[in-house]
Amino acid sequence: MNQLAEPLTSSERTLSHLDVLEAEAIHILREVAFECANPALLFSGGKDSIVLLRLAEKAFRPCGFPFPLLHIDTGHNFPEVIAFRDRRAAELGERLIVRTLDESIARGRIRLRHPAEGRNPYQSITLLDAVEEFGFDACIGGARRDEEKARAKERIFSFRDEFGQWDPKNQRPELWDLYNTRVRPGEHMRVFPISNWTEFDIWQYIARERLEVPAIYFAHEREVIRRNGQLAPVSHLVRPREDEIVERVSVRFRTVGDMTCTCPVESTAWTYEEIVRETAVCRITERGATRMDDQTSEASMELRKKEGYF
Amino acid sequence: MGAAESFVSREVGLLRFITAGSVDDGKSTLIGRLLFDSKGIFEDQLTAIERASTRRGRAEADLSLLTDGLQAEREQGITIDVAYRYFSTPRRKFIIADSPGHEQYTRNMVTAASTAQVAVILLDARNGILTQTRRHTYIASLLGVRHVVFAVNKMDLVDYAQAAFLALREELAAFASKAGIAHAWYVPLSALHGDNVVEPGSRMPWHEGPTLLQLLEHIDAQHDLAVLPFRFPVQGVLRPTGADIDRRWLDFRGYAGRIESGTVAVGDRVSVLPSGATTSIRAIHTLDGDLPDATAPQSVTLLLADPVDVSRGDLIVRTSETPALSAGLSATVCWLDETALDPRRKYLLKHGTRTVKVLVEQIEHRVDIHSLESTPADGTLAANDIGRIRLKLHKPLAFDAYRANRATGSFILIDETTNDTVAAGLIDHG
Ligand SMILES: Nc1nc2c(ncn2[C@@H]2O[C@H](COP(=O)(O)OP(=O)(O)O)[C@@H](O)[C@H]2O)c(=O)[nH]1
Repeated sequence: MNQLAEPLTSSERTLSHLDVLEAEAIHILREVAFECANPALLFSGGKDSIVLLRLAEKAFRPCGFPFPLLHIDTGHNFPEVIAFRDRRAAELGERLIVRTLDESIARGRIRLRHPAEGRNPYQSITLLDAVEEFGFDACIGGARRDEEKARAKERIFSFRDEFGQWDPKNQRPELWDLYNTRVRPGEHMRVFPISNWTEFDIWQYIARERLEVPAIYFAHEREVIRRNGQLAPVSHLVRPREDEIVERVSVRFRTVGDMTCTCPVESTAWTYEEIVRETAVCRITERGATRMDDQTSEASMELRKKEGYF
Repeated sequence: MGAAESFVSREVGLLRFITAGSVDDGKSTLIGRLLFDSKGIFEDQLTAIERASTRRGRAEADLSLLTDGLQAEREQGITIDVAYRYFSTPRRKFIIADSPGHEQYTRNMVTAASTAQVAVILLDARNGILTQTRRHTYIASLLGVRHVVFAVNKMDLVDYAQAAFLALREELAAFASKAGIAHAWYVPLSALHGDNVVEPGSRMPWHEGPTLLQLLEHIDAQHDLAVLPFRFPVQGVLRPTGADIDRRWLDFRGYAGRIESGTVAVGDRVSVLPSGATTSIRAIHTLDGDLPDATAPQSVTLLLADPVDVSRGDLIVRTSETPALSAGLSATVCWLDETALDPRRKYLLKHGTRTVKVLVEQIEHRVDIHSLESTPADGTLAANDIGRIRLKLHKPLAFDAYRANRATGSFILIDETTNDTVAAGLIDHG
């Protein structure tokens, strides 16, 4: 705001949709901080959680964050993203807790069916273990309702029972901006301050705030294989099969999750503005374009969420 | 940069609206149409509904399937809760809260309407005003939705006849003013064929008003909030601590919150409630620098001129516009929980950022949602009931009547033993 040429009185000024979304998210973050005893903010180094960090700065500076950052590392993350994660947390001077799936596997909490399997579905176990280990009563996440059908109905303060489970049929009604944050020991909340943002809003905000994001969100040349209409990025985890051809294509990532199942899209956008423009005309949802695991069943996200997924 | 830059910074504003209608009035089709015609539907979503439509033996994509939600509901063929949809046009971003019509209806619509600025109420042109229409309009009015758009759907089934629309419109206008709707609008449309949804189409040349989308793009609802008295519920105190803090912030003591209504400027005389201490605004702090003034619904941090006692749960207001203060409240509540109101139970009332213990002293009456008449409550309210109750609070509360101010006139009740949110409350008076 305040970009208008003529000074208007404050009641005449129209806030942009980003201003309104930002104000709502700051309000939510503060409600968590001042009502919950021991919250954490899930930070992956991805664009949505990068936006969350900026919103937390807006909510709490000049104070430090009233919660630590928590990352559940699948061990399948892009190295650029992990490096970015560590650097960003250090720049902000905030505490970062990392818990890894590899630890959970070593302790026998997770048993993979085969070593190169996509690890997204198993994150819930490591996350719930971390919630228990630290006694978190609220985990702030960057999920958005526009991502997926099952999310469209989720509350901003979303209750999890003592098994970490979400019951879509038994959610607390949420009215006005009055959030019921009460939990009993062992139960916790997932809180989604950017529920009402779309992918387009996220990029507009990143551009407006000039937020640094991992370089792989911008167009770069990468070796990929065409699989089921998507571009699978070649890595030590994803290797071409006999009949597949490796191509070098200019791509960028729209999400930066598990390397075995996150696909980039063809793109030459390498400024914020170009990404905003591409997102504005984009015809495929973020998950549809980039997640191999969500395509298997229309309801796969809902099933995972019930088990304690983000 | 040029064009791309303007894309990023263009001011479009945000509008939240709800859609309401009886089953089969065409609500799902209308939402699907709005999303589809404004390109808010993605190709992969369309592919998914085309697949589902073919499975169900339909030739073209059934747009109503877009608004279907969770698996359990798909199995039952109904939706059971409030779902949120997003789309934007170059002018505005829209959030639709869609509450389905069936037995949980009152509670879902009340929930959806609580944050809506506009209600789109659907009617079937052949059926005219039904009990449902009255109920929807009543709930919209009760929840303080100031703009109601009556969308007269299925005009194709009455041969796009102007007379049919005008007759209905007249009836609706009389009824809307009786229901206390501040601004009512009327659009004849066909959700199925798209007439007057986004584009006017050619079949109703007699309609000179805007299409539904044009209307939604132009209704000005943000200023409704800015012209109200200044209300700032304090969420918490920001005080930097630790050995290594920047000397600049050594004496910083800020009150974090959101301006729920009105505007505030540096120098304004303010009161802190319920204590009543007065001081003035020294600074309005944000990460992007201090502001000379700020407006609802911005989240800011206020610095005060004097060291008055302020903590979470307090309400900061302009000294010349103080709200009421009372430990007794008369309120209209919508009961949300499956377990009925029991006056012997302990409830917590959350109002703004303050939570207090309450006792239900009296249940005055219940509103029959079909006839909209008051009926005896028989000592309780069950899920989906709307009624008037008298509450006794453990501590006094600073509030406004809901019809004057949504933010400081609303509360929720929480059952202290189950932690469930059991009721939505609208304050009538102290
Ligand atoms: N002729 C006609 N049929 C419509 C129109 N809008 C919806 N319908 C049909 O009415 C039925 C109910 O529509 P639906 O959108 O599912 O209604 P909902 O129950 O209100 O969500 C469907 O068969 C639609 O195709 C319209 O404008 N004209």
